[in-house]
Amino acid sequence: MGSQALVAAMRSARSRSTSAARRREAIEGFLCILPWCIGFIAFTAGPMIASLYLSLTNYEILRPISFIALGNFAKAGRDALFAKSLYNTAFYSFLYVPLHLATALATALILNVKTKGIGVYRTIFYVPSIMPAVANAFLWMWIFNPEYGLANAFLNIFGLPPQKWLFDEALAKPSFVIMGLWGLGSSMIIFLAGLQGVDINLYEAAAIDGANWWTKFWGITLPMITPIIFFNLTIGIINSFQVFTTAFIATGGGPNNATLFYVLYIYQQGFLFAKMGYASALAWVLFVIVLIITLIQFATAGRWVYYEVERKA
Amino acid sequence: MADNAIAASGTRTIPRYHRRRAIRHVVAQVLWQILLIAISAVMLIPFVWLLSTSLKVRGTEFTFPPVWIPRPAVWSNYTTALFKSGLPFPRFFLNTAIITLANMVGVLFAASLAGFGFARMRFPLRDKLFVLVLSTMLLPDIVTTIPSYLLFRLLHWIDTFLPLIVPTFLGGGAFNIFLFRQFFMGIPLELDDAARIDGAGTLQIYLQVILPVSRPVLISVSILTFLGNWNAFMGPLIYLNSFEKMTLAVGLRAFQGLRGSEWNQMMAASAVTMVPVLVVFFAAQRYFIQGIVTSGFGGR
Repeated sequence: MGSQALVAAMRSARSRSTSAARRREAIEGFLCILPWCIGFIAFTAGPMIASLYLSLTNYEILRPISFIALGNFAKAGRDALFAKSLYNTAFYSFLYVPLHLATALATALILNVKTKGIGVYRTIFYVPSIMPAVANAFLWMWIFNPEYGLANAFLNIFGLPPQKWLFDEALAKPSFVIMGLWGLGSSMIIFLAGLQGVDINLYEAAAIDGANWWTKFWGITLPMITPIIFFNLTIGIINSFQVFTTAFIATGGGPNNATLFYVLYIYQQGFLFAKMGYASALAWVLFVIVLIITLIQFATAGRWVYYEVERKA
Repeated sequence: MADNAIAASGTRTIPRYHRRRAIRHVVAQVLWQILLIAISAVMLIPFVWLLSTSLKVRGTEFTFPPVWIPRPAVWSNYTTALFKSGLPFPRFFLNTAIITLANMVGVLFAASLAGFGFARMRFPLRDKLFVLVLSTMLLPDIVTTIPSYLLFRLLHWIDTFLPLIVPTFLGGGAFNIFLFRQFFMGIPLELDDAARIDGAGTLQIYLQVILPVSRPVLISVSILTFLGNWNAFMGPLIYLNSFEKMTLAVGLRAFQGLRGSEWNQMMAASAVTMVPVLVVFFAAQRYFIQGIVTSGFGGR
């Protein structure tokens, strides 16, 4: 009796061939991901459908709701601040993301050596990226202070005239880029992990062939970490299109709406003016833009992203 | 890759007869150190500036060019900022800690369970569902924020911690699920089989076989969750409106409204919110880096 049970248990464990055991495994597997499924329906899929519906209405919380079809999208087309916030965000994103990736990769390369105190250096380079966003914004507002700030003191060393930074329409967005670059550590640490995953044998083979540092970098390092570059690029663009907290705290969108970034504008429309319908429409425009950019990235990835075949296993 | 800067690797033995090469090696090593120190300075100067300003007597922060050493150094700025602003900072701390801890529990439960399901169980549509999990990372949060707000308003959850906690228990975050799945897939399946032969059920395998050997990923996900929640702003801003319920991030913004022009206190308050982050980071640093490396890439 006991041995029979054991044999049955072994059979179900080893081959899992009985359909009862399979069904049981499938049910238990579904149970494992059930919390996620409920959450997905309640807090992602459901809200997305609701948002799509709201985007076709003039819902303003306290007033009666009415269906206005594509009215919100037509309104966005006439809305100068919609265009401005979209421009601001694109400007920031296309300036920030390449600079961020380049500096993060450069610092990762600099840190990827065996030298004294390298652990300490890695920590120092990384830590700014985990600082709380609000405290971070306060710190940089003070650094960029037009009268007493550190940024102007730095310019002063070189005899350059002081700037108004966040209060200057032309300089405000680049100031945000500088602020963001201080947090390059988040991508840097991922690059560093990628660099340490590159097969040392490749470098040794190249060294035997007499390759110098530069050739090795272009011929081995860069191709081998293209998946990491791709990941950082995709996430970097998605994140930079959602820049919110620093602008909300530091400038509130000013001066003259120069830092009115897209999500900040959605927040204002939705939560300050309670125009939930219009805000939902704006959010869907963002979603579609991000989706298109991401799809283009995935579609073109095959041309430049290198995947090891064995990775599939 | 260690030899990328052949230049900078000091561990190599160099033949005596290649003296010129050895000298070049030392020079490169020194230049590399100078470069590292220079970048470190750029990274650290904002922190030094923050600390310096936070210790200055009120009004003395307004000098140009800046004075670096505060004389005298007034640590009382910290107590003034925390206890005499009229804002309940201890309460903000407590609220932030409660929300952060609850989220850590939620993530460790839901994300690890989902990761376990995706990594070690076979069921129909499994891989398609996993792609769906990953694709949610590409969705801008703001798209779901507005309807979620309306839903929570309907449930009378506004100005409670529930909107910031409950969703975490139902999912735990796509990236965390991904990290757990990757780690669990690396554990030999024979462990499960052996446990099953001993009569263990799936739940027991998850709790008594898989979780005990998954310390690195449990810790690195915990840290990521801690950072994400300690630093979160938009969620608490939207859902919490009374001072009694606010988190540090939102409380700091209220502080800005009161003391926005007193930079010594603004910096003191900022420093205080940074300290727990630094403490947690340094306490668990080893696991953190390890977790990122084992997963292939880390948090954002």
